[in-house]
Amino acid sequence: MKLTPIALVVALTASLTACSGSDDKAAVPDGPVTLTVARDPGLDKGAIAAFDARVAQFEKDNPKIDVVPQEYNWTATTFTAQLAGGTLPDVFTVPFTDGRGLIERKQIADISGLVSALPYATKFSENVAKAGKAEDGKMWAVPIAAYGQALHYNRTLFKQAGLDPDKPPTTWDEVRADAKQIADKTGKAGYAELTTDNTGGWILTTLDYAFGGRTEKLDGDTATAQLDTPEMTSVLQLLKDMRWSDNSMGANFLYDWAGINQAFASGQIGMYVSGGGNYGSLVTQNALKPVDYGVATIPLASNDQAGALGGGTLATVSAKANDGVKAAAVKWIDYFYMKKLADKDAAVLDAKTVAASKQPVGAPQLPVFDKATYDESLGWVKEYVNVPLDQMKPYTDKMFDQPLVTEPVRSTQEVYKLLDPVVQSVLTNKDADIAKLLKNANAEAQTLLDRK
Amino acid sequence: MNRGRGSGLSTLVFLLPLLLVFGVFSWIPILRAVVMSFQETNLVTPATFVGLQNFKDVLADPLLWTAVKNTLYFALLALLFGYPVPLIAAVLMSEVRRFKGLYSALAYLPVVIPPVVAVLLWKFFYDAGPNGVFNTILGAVGIGPVSWLQDSGSAMPALVIEATWAAAGGTVIIYLAALTGVTTDLYEAAEIDRASIWRKIWHVTLPQLRGVLLITFILQIVGTSQVFLEPFLFTGGGPANSTITILLLIYDYAFANSLGGEYGAATALSIMLAVALGILSAVYFRLTRSWSRS
Repeated sequence: MKLTPIALVVALTASLTACSGSDDKAAVPDGPVTLTVARDPGLDKGAIAAFDARVAQFEKDNPKIDVVPQEYNWTATTFTAQLAGGTLPDVFTVPFTDGRGLIERKQIADISGLVSALPYATKFSENVAKAGKAEDGKMWAVPIAAYGQALHYNRTLFKQAGLDPDKPPTTWDEVRADAKQIADKTGKAGYAELTTDNTGGWILTTLDYAFGGRTEKLDGDTATAQLDTPEMTSVLQLLKDMRWSDNSMGANFLYDWAGINQAFASGQIGMYVSGGGNYGSLVTQNALKPVDYGVATIPLASNDQAGALGGGTLATVSAKANDGVKAAAVKWIDYFYMKKLADKDAAVLDAKTVAASKQPVGAPQLPVFDKATYDESLGWVKEYVNVPLDQMKPYTDKMFDQPLVTEPVRSTQEVYKLLDPVVQSVLTNKDADIAKLLKNANAEAQTLLDRK
Repeated sequence: MNRGRGSGLSTLVFLLPLLLVFGVFSWIPILRAVVMSFQETNLVTPATFVGLQNFKDVLADPLLWTAVKNTLYFALLALLFGYPVPLIAAVLMSEVRRFKGLYSALAYLPVVIPPVVAVLLWKFFYDAGPNGVFNTILGAVGIGPVSWLQDSGSAMPALVIEATWAAAGGTVIIYLAALTGVTTDLYEAAEIDRASIWRKIWHVTLPQLRGVLLITFILQIVGTSQVFLEPFLFTGGGPANSTITILLLIYDYAFANSLGGEYGAATALSIMLAVALGILSAVYFRLTRSWSRS
């Protein structure tokens, strides 16, 4: 019988402790340094060769640094184990939501001194820079990419349903009407929603922002949960109506990030909300047909607080790194992630490499620096762009006009997690009591916020 | 006497490496876990002792009682479906004379399929749309579509059905082996007394299997109390926490928060579960021992 899981957890947590706790401060800034860096797993041969070429170039410029690539990809569950077990590479990436917590708990290295010496240190867009900064404003983690939430839609299903794929919905009423039309005419889910692995809370918060709500209020050190609000109620009521009155959300209500992308790429879903830069993973991991793809800005309620939730990726350095490794790590971050955003030669080389391995180049992103730098960098790589930009116009034409709101700061993932069952209840239980669900969730969230 | 002592020593020498390995990989982690249950740690910065705080936190978590309730519900359903099914299958299979090996192989096959593959397969069967495999079959006889995993009411029974399918084969083999131990004299005597097949099963087969039945019963309870794989892979504890089990809660404490969560709480709950199951097993064996004596 199954005695293994409990033993597994016990053994795993125990073995993880065995290798933690060393706080090595021996500085060797001048000696040779070995630096392990993150490389995306599952790259094809060409991409690995290109990566190795860039490593060789870096090593040539920095003869005392030996770069060792290590396959790494952030996923919530494996990251926890790797962080605890001390098996992360020296340089690794995390989402914006993890930045503040990692810094507060000192689970990553303080590289603020080295970062402030970088030529573009002051050029970061303020919204983006915040994610990598400690309370005192020092930048411990470098933002390397940013995104704003968007409405992805299937142009082919739009056509089949008699809708104009060049005119995606711009209000939530239109989203609802279009979803119903798609469901009625094609039998597919008109609109689908992420609900598991903390993504239910992530998207619910996104919709709450779009309706003008916020999930927490910060006043100095005190955080107040704001889940039980008219905005959140409207969001859940909309989902409930689409699910139970219109029957336009299909039959699957337990989607995680990979699952919903897969279902969307295979034409099962008319519309869903996720990061604006999703195109890459839809194509390279889920075999999306580019002709099906459309993306629009997320509809915002006519409310001056309404905004698009934004996030991004931070490059960070292992807490175990000594001064020599830290210095080498920041050099690598500058070389590998940042220069292509600010330097023409690096940008062209990167685009050329990526395009050669048939990966998408030119999918919309939000600028890490100011918009002028971003526009300039788009010009550099123009000839390598291989994504259907015309089909992305409903997003790219308006993405900069939308107010961008950062994710909640306190206990972000934990609050997302407790919102998962809330949205699941509304979608799977016809008699779900929205007021009661929100009241309970609010109380639970407040408990979490008070604990910190 | 001398020979006995000598062989004892050499036995110990041969046993030593095994005991060492067993101690290091089996018992040190458990002891570490006991220590960790009294600590607060993110496994990166040094741990601090917090006394019984982890246990208090876990017991105060409203989700714990949902998880306990769900686990008991799973165990109950698994006893209703999962306990009799292999027994019936084994008794029937022991009665047939032809193709006995084929039937055993077929019954055992699900056990050989990797659990993750089985879950992916069943996820496909359980598709809640009218075009899902099960719903198409049910639709042909005018039932459904059933929501399967997408409804708080049907999600847990759906998990139990898959779990029963996946695990029954192993138990069937145990019963089949036990059935070969039943002396044929007893059946012959029953036949002379003109006993029906049901009376034979009731008065001969089942009493002879009692020892095995008692063991599989407690194993079933211990196993189902630790159900993790099915809810983790099928539903992630949803919809609306209707399939969150104790083990899944332990996992969530430790790993759901990407910043390294509450390892202390996770180990505290693990230890409480282990102790509860230990007590249950001890009480059960004491009870059954007194029954078999009387």
